[in-house]
Amino acid sequence: MNPAPSIVFFTTASGAGYGLLLWLCVLRPLGLVPGGSGFGLVALGVATALVVAGLLSSTAHLGRPERAWRAFSQWRSSWLSREGVAAVATFVPMVLFGLSVLAGNGAAAALTGLLAAAGAAVTVWCTGMIYASLKPVRQWHHPLVPWGYMLFAGFSGAALLAALAGFWGQAAWPAALAAGLGAASFGFKRAYWAEIDAPPPAGTPTIETATGLGRIGATRPLDPPHTEQTWLLREMGFRVARKHSRKLRLLVLGGFGAAALVSLLAAFAGGPLAGLLLVVGAAAALGGLLVERWLMFAEATHTVTLFYTGEA
Amino acid sequence: MTELPPPAAKKLGLVIDLDTCVGCQACATNCKEWNTGGHLGPLPDLNAFSAGAEGTWFNRVHSYEAGEGEDGRTVHFPRSCLHCETPACVTVCPTGASYKRAEDGIVLINTDSCIGCGLCAWACPYGARELDQDEGVMKKCTLCVDRIYNETIPEPQRQPACVITCPVGARHFGDLGDPDSKVSQLVAARGGYDLMPEMGYKPVNKYLPPRERPKAKAASLDEAQPTPLDIKNPLLRWLDRALSR
Amino acid sequence: MPDTHLPRRMTGNGEVIETSAPIGDEVKTTTCYMCACRCGIKVHLKDGRVRYIEGNPDHPVNRGVLCGKGSAGIMTHYSPARLRAPLKRVGPRGSGEFEEISWAEAMDIATGWLKAVRATSPEKLAFFTGRDQSQSLTGFWAAQFGTPNFAAHGGFCSVNMAAAGLYTIGGSFWEFGEPDWDHAKYFVMFGVAEDHDSNPIKMGLGKLKERGAKFVSVNPVRTGYSAIADEWVGIRPGTDGLLILALVHELLRTDRVDLDFLVRYTNAHWLVVKSAGGADDGLFARDADGRPLAWDRVAQAPRDAQSPELQPAIVGEVTLPDGRRAVPVFALMAERYLDAAYAPDAVAERCGVPAERIRRLAAEIAEVAFNQTITLDVPWTDSLGRRHETMVGRPVSFHAMRGISAHSNGFHTCRALHLLQMILGAIDVPGSWRYKSPFPRPIPPGPGPSGRGARPNTPLAGNILAFPHGPDDLLVNDDGSPIRIDKAFSWDAPLALHGMMHTVIGNAGAGDPYEIDTLFMFMANMAWNSAMNPGEIIRILTETKADGSYRIPHVIYADAYFSETVPYADLILPDTTYLERWDCISLLDRPIGSAHGPGDAIRQPVVQPDRDVRGFQEVLIELGARLGLPAFVKEDGSPRFKDYPDYIVNHQRMPGVGPLAGFRGAEGDKAGVGEPNPDQLKRYIENGCFWRHHLPADQLYFKHANKAYLEGSKAMGLIGKSDQIVLQMYSEPLQKFRLAAQGHGAKQPPDHLRARIATYCDPLPFWYAPLEQQQHDTAPYPLSAVTQRPMEHYHSWGAMNAWLRQIKGANRLYMNRATAQAMGLSQDDWVWVESRNGRVKGQLALMEGTNRDTVWTWNAIGKRRGAWRLDPSSPEANKGFLLNHVISEWLPAQAGPGRLANADPVTGQAAWYDLRVAVTKCTADEVPATDPMPATLREPPNMPPVPSLVREPGRAATTREDAR
Ligand SMILES: Nc1nc2c(c(=O)[nH]1)N[C@H]1C(S)=C(S)[C@@H](COP(=O)(O)OP(=O)(O)OC[C@H]3O[C@@H](n4cnc5c(=O)[nH]c(N)nc54)[C@H](O)[C@@H]3O)O[C@H]1N2
Ligand SMILES: Nc1nc2c(c(=O)[nH]1)N[C@H]1C(S)=C(S)[C@@H](COP(=O)(O)OP(=O)(O)OC[C@H]3O[C@@H](n4cnc5c(=O)[nH]c(N)nc54)[C@H](O)[C@@H]3O)O[C@H]1N2
Ligand code: SF4
Ligand code: SF4
Ligand code: SF4
Ligand code: SF4
Ligand code: SF4
Ligand SMILES: [Mo]
Repeated sequence: MNPAPSIVFFTTASGAGYGLLLWLCVLRPLGLVPGGSGFGLVALGVATALVVAGLLSSTAHLGRPERAWRAFSQWRSSWLSREGVAAVATFVPMVLFGLSVLAGNGAAAALTGLLAAAGAAVTVWCTGMIYASLKPVRQWHHPLVPWGYMLFAGFSGAALLAALAGFWGQAAWPAALAAGLGAASFGFKRAYWAEIDAPPPAGTPTIETATGLGRIGATRPLDPPHTEQTWLLREMGFRVARKHSRKLRLLVLGGFGAAALVSLLAAFAGGPLAGLLLVVGAAAALGGLLVERWLMFAEATHTVTLFYTGEA
Repeated sequence: MTELPPPAAKKLGLVIDLDTCVGCQACATNCKEWNTGGHLGPLPDLNAFSAGAEGTWFNRVHSYEAGEGEDGRTVHFPRSCLHCETPACVTVCPTGASYKRAEDGIVLINTDSCIGCGLCAWACPYGARELDQDEGVMKKCTLCVDRIYNETIPEPQRQPACVITCPVGARHFGDLGDPDSKVSQLVAARGGYDLMPEMGYKPVNKYLPPRERPKAKAASLDEAQPTPLDIKNPLLRWLDRALSR
Repeated sequence: MPDTHLPRRMTGNGEVIETSAPIGDEVKTTTCYMCACRCGIKVHLKDGRVRYIEGNPDHPVNRGVLCGKGSAGIMTHYSPARLRAPLKRVGPRGSGEFEEISWAEAMDIATGWLKAVRATSPEKLAFFTGRDQSQSLTGFWAAQFGTPNFAAHGGFCSVNMAAAGLYTIGGSFWEFGEPDWDHAKYFVMFGVAEDHDSNPIKMGLGKLKERGAKFVSVNPVRTGYSAIADEWVGIRPGTDGLLILALVHELLRTDRVDLDFLVRYTNAHWLVVKSAGGADDGLFARDADGRPLAWDRVAQAPRDAQSPELQPAIVGEVTLPDGRRAVPVFALMAERYLDAAYAPDAVAERCGVPAERIRRLAAEIAEVAFNQTITLDVPWTDSLGRRHETMVGRPVSFHAMRGISAHSNGFHTCRALHLLQMILGAIDVPGSWRYKSPFPRPIPPGPGPSGRGARPNTPLAGNILAFPHGPDDLLVNDDGSPIRIDKAFSWDAPLALHGMMHTVIGNAGAGDPYEIDTLFMFMANMAWNSAMNPGEIIRILTETKADGSYRIPHVIYADAYFSETVPYADLILPDTTYLERWDCISLLDRPIGSAHGPGDAIRQPVVQPDRDVRGFQEVLIELGARLGLPAFVKEDGSPRFKDYPDYIVNHQRMPGVGPLAGFRGAEGDKAGVGEPNPDQLKRYIENGCFWRHHLPADQLYFKHANKAYLEGSKAMGLIGKSDQIVLQMYSEPLQKFRLAAQGHGAKQPPDHLRARIATYCDPLPFWYAPLEQQQHDTAPYPLSAVTQRPMEHYHSWGAMNAWLRQIKGANRLYMNRATAQAMGLSQDDWVWVESRNGRVKGQLALMEGTNRDTVWTWNAIGKRRGAWRLDPSSPEANKGFLLNHVISEWLPAQAGPGRLANADPVTGQAAWYDLRVAVTKCTADEVPATDPMPATLREPPNMPPVPSLVREPGRAATTREDAR
């Protein structure tokens, strides 16, 4: 699948934004992050900025961005619509949460915060389900996929939260969380890759089932219907070369691992060093995630390529 | 509506005979021609006269080889929307632009509300949807909805453009929901099948497989009816043949 | 129309769909010309633009279907490559420097050049037309001009099929016959990728499939039609003759021969004189009136071979009353093919088809022919006046085209196939191959070709392209040298019925047999894909003499589009597109008749040109008048015809016979022969732009010996006599050429051609290795290389069509996977294809369904950079390649005087598919682009901008923003 930059950026940024929001709203009432309204507002601001930037970037992918508003109507069946609805709905508690924090109303902040956190989780889940519901893309249509979106949002959100908390010198808890989620992401991603690298399970479409010609024998494409590239092939036919993918996977794992490690260090170190480490950690997490998201597309194959190359 | 209508009795669709298709591309070009001036037209062509020429087409004809050597087959394979019964291309659509008609099962796109997000194309296992990159909206085979009901067209020609134009008659159109229809009977008689049934989209369009070739048994004329070959000069056997004009 | 009128509109998900929108605001019928198949079309117009072209359901050729090319006609009609105005060359030839001129000036220039030629030596005009459907006009014009140097493209196309058929059965494959699609139970197709019968063959194959008839395709390549065949015989190119004669061997060996058919309808029983060394050796024994004799078994005496009472002997040597010895044709034939050399075991290896398979095919064919006969309860009367209660048919049908004919042994291979049909009794019987009216015609038809004694300002009488009956009809000078520039009808190629367009420029360049003044071409891309070896053609067209003048002083070319040939002409006469002009698809040329009866058609302008272009026929008629050609001017010297429609309606070739056969006579009720009808074109238009005559059921078969048919055909002016047309298993005209080569008669071949004539003018078909392969060391070139027509492109014109070029914008070299593996080649490799003539670079594709010793590619997809108004970046010019670069127009052996064309020695048919090549992988440092890559062509002046985006055909490109 073609890793459109706008989508790669969108899912990374909004995922991190929602993760940040979620952890902010969950950890704040527990007193595990700086409790002042300053921190709350800054963290919320960063989360909102990421979410909005992500959503805006996603419209760049549309053929008709001016009609984007139409996308909210089909929440009953469409995960994309649900994502949109959830994203917009989450803005309500987000705003209220911000106001509560500004007003210094702890109870209201806790309540609206929990609602915002729930909204964030739902939105990210919807994002994950957009991909997980697509049967033609074997690497996406996998039970791990929406959990991956959740986990990575949580991880990047925690890393960001920790980095921000570092400036307040109170980053131990979020740092520990980021370290834990980083390690989990590391393991999760490896498990996911092991799954998609395994020989496709029986019942996975092949050129023989796509064309129905398996009854005759092994099937190979002879002539394509058109000799130049088309939108369809650019969109679905893109695939990263194996050797690049290996390197990029290492980059992802490196990013995740580094983020986890420095977060762990920071959790114990404390002080300005911790602050610095956590900025590095957040950068590593986000960097790793951008690559992960790119690979998520570039390693995914669509059944339509069966018709063209015989492989998917 | 993005939700699928309840299953309808009428399922209009195509039956494509891979045993007769010669790969002439008539269905593809005639489809392009009809539709570029039709309901979803125009269907633009980008870089029309340079490298990277690409246009929006609703029907594409591939060719394949299946099996090995002389026993193998070359098969021409037209590919267009299959008007699936449970098409995720419809359910994923966030705007309702994609829909399946309750009355005849035709899957259509309302290009006035499509935002060109491309999700339906991702959701179609068959590659049937193509983005009109000029208009920024998704398009695909309409089953020639503007022909098959068109009262300005003589009745016998109220068929999809690709069907009436196919020179070998490899394409058939009809109601696959009616077991007595010509198309349903053809499917039954010839073992018509679904593409990628494992996807669970339940395509309405069916493909008829290339007919199996009877294993030709070695035979020669001698076995069929031995001829007196003992004559030294075989010409002599015609010497006394009584022939009249 | 009222909106309430349901279900004109219907709703779905809030969307309102106009389901009953009228297609356009006007519809006109005409005839398609996206290829030469002549299908009927209905053109829907909307706001003055072409909206939709569909097949005309009433049309006999296509019955409503339309192929991939025809359906893309809009895009050709609106191609940016359309020429705009007459052009005069202002830079050197090939530079592409032109200036636009007025038609008046263009006509003045052309008239000036042509007048001078005609007044001095008319043969110095070479007038050759390519993809032409108006030869009845162009040929007539040439004869009026007085030059023998006229032909169309048939010489490089498929004259082998035409000549073999017309000299054997009085009709031919090509487009003059068709299988009985409704009754055939077994159909064998040799070497057909597309054919001129594009849609009819497809429709026919559909019928066969529906009925479950067996379809066997003999073809080195398994694509297209071969893909749906029930059996694919992947023969080695050039060996079909052997395969066919092995089938004949098997049938003869086991006596599966329809002897009744042979003695009734062929010359099987005619007596051939045996007098070794004599001037009559091998000629038919004839009575005093010249009627052929046969031996009556009962009377033990010779007798008129056509007598109904005859009880003919078909074997055994006899002594004629005058003491000469003679044998029946059948005996000669059977003796030859019973020889072990034609046994399946002897040919299997060479053909690449196992012997047991050949035996099985023979058995299957015989089974269907002899045990599955079909009987139609249709009484008919034969030419001897005998009534038959039924029509009995042997439902085995054959068809063949260029896979057989584009070889230098194609004439005999095709004759062999007709022989096979004859011994099966499977010619124009129910279920077999059938004649399309106006065929059959006498064998050979009409008088010989005209062209001798060209004189200034004097028309030639008769047809320039006609049928030699023997050496006396050849167009040669007393010393045996050719009269024609292309050497057609000379000892080089005595039966070159369609001329030899492929040799014209080469011969003119060499001044052999003489130099010419003006080369006038129409609709032929001679500087590219219709040239064998385009580089050499370009060299000659641009060659100058010592004084700086061009070797060929004047080149006039009529094209409608900016093709590769345009830059090499001095004067361009831009034609219209096929939707903008009148045309006449005439019985005098290549009509639309079928086995069901004769027919013809017209094209009418459905839109008016928006450029300064004129239909070529129109231009030709005006040129005829300006030159004062007698048939084109009135007594007072003024133009005889106002325009082309006037010519179509009022020209009479013979009294009552004109370009169109339908709706003749003052009332429009006469068919074939009748006075001109001023309303004729109107009647055609009302009838869908075609006319056809339906034969009654009793005339549908046995046309060669069907009394009612032959008489009707004569009445309609299709044939001169209603005599039975006796199929010629043994060809006497060929024997006459052979006798000349043996020293008999006044007309003698030059010595260097004696052996060649004696060998190849064999009165019975035989197989020989293709000439080119006989004459050079093929060991370094282990693979045969052939081309196929892609179904969705027509030669070189597809690339300017925005739709078709998306389907195939580049071609590959296809090779058998196993062969590639053995050679260490893989999919997508760039390779050199090298022949004795040069090399060309292309990209490889592997497949199973190709003969292991054969490589092939799609024809004419590769384009020259800059042509057709394609951007130089286009795949056509960079990845696509033209195999023609490695084909030679001359045979390798140049012993003695005069080089010989790479062509069939009998008919002059260009031997495109005799090519042998080696394929080697390009080195890593070679650019992945085709080679040779001649310089980018410069486009003519004032061409409109090329749109990068096409949204609505025929409307200046707009993006959706502009459209709002
Ligand atoms: N390698 C290889 N070469 C081959 C063959 C092969 O099998 N293999 N086949 C050969 C055969 S059989 C043939 S017939 C030739 C065909 O070769 P050509 O006769 O050269 O055919 P085209 O390429 O179609 O070129 C015809 C020209 O007609 C022009 N044209 C198109 N429409 C019109 C019109 O309406 N009016 C006018 N005035 N011009 C028009 C086109 O622009 C083009 O320049 O190719 C031969 N060349
Ligand atoms: N779509 C389309 N239709 C066309 C044309 C076109 O350009 N495009 N051109 C028109 C013209 S001008 C012509 S002449 C006709 C030609 O129509 P075809 O005769 O169908 O022309 P080719 O494409 O040359 O096909 C030759 C076939 O013979 C096979 N072949 C080659 N060598 C041998 C051999 O030795 N033995 C056997 N058995 N087979 C062999 C090739 O693989 C190929 O399949 O088509 C006409 N129709
Ligand atoms: S028109 Fe018919 S024969 Fe031609 S490609 Fe389409 S389905 Fe096949
Ligand atoms: S073929 Fe694709 S586009 Fe058509 S209904 Fe099925 S899923 Fe949807
Ligand atoms: S591209 Fe259009 S039709 Fe497809 S899912 Fe998006 S909005 Fe729906
Ligand atoms: S039914 Fe109509 S829209 Fe669909 S492929 Fe056929 S011609 Fe095209
Ligand atoms: S076969 Fe196709 S291109 Fe040729 S005349 Fe018929 S419709 Fe036109
Ligand atoms: Mo041809």
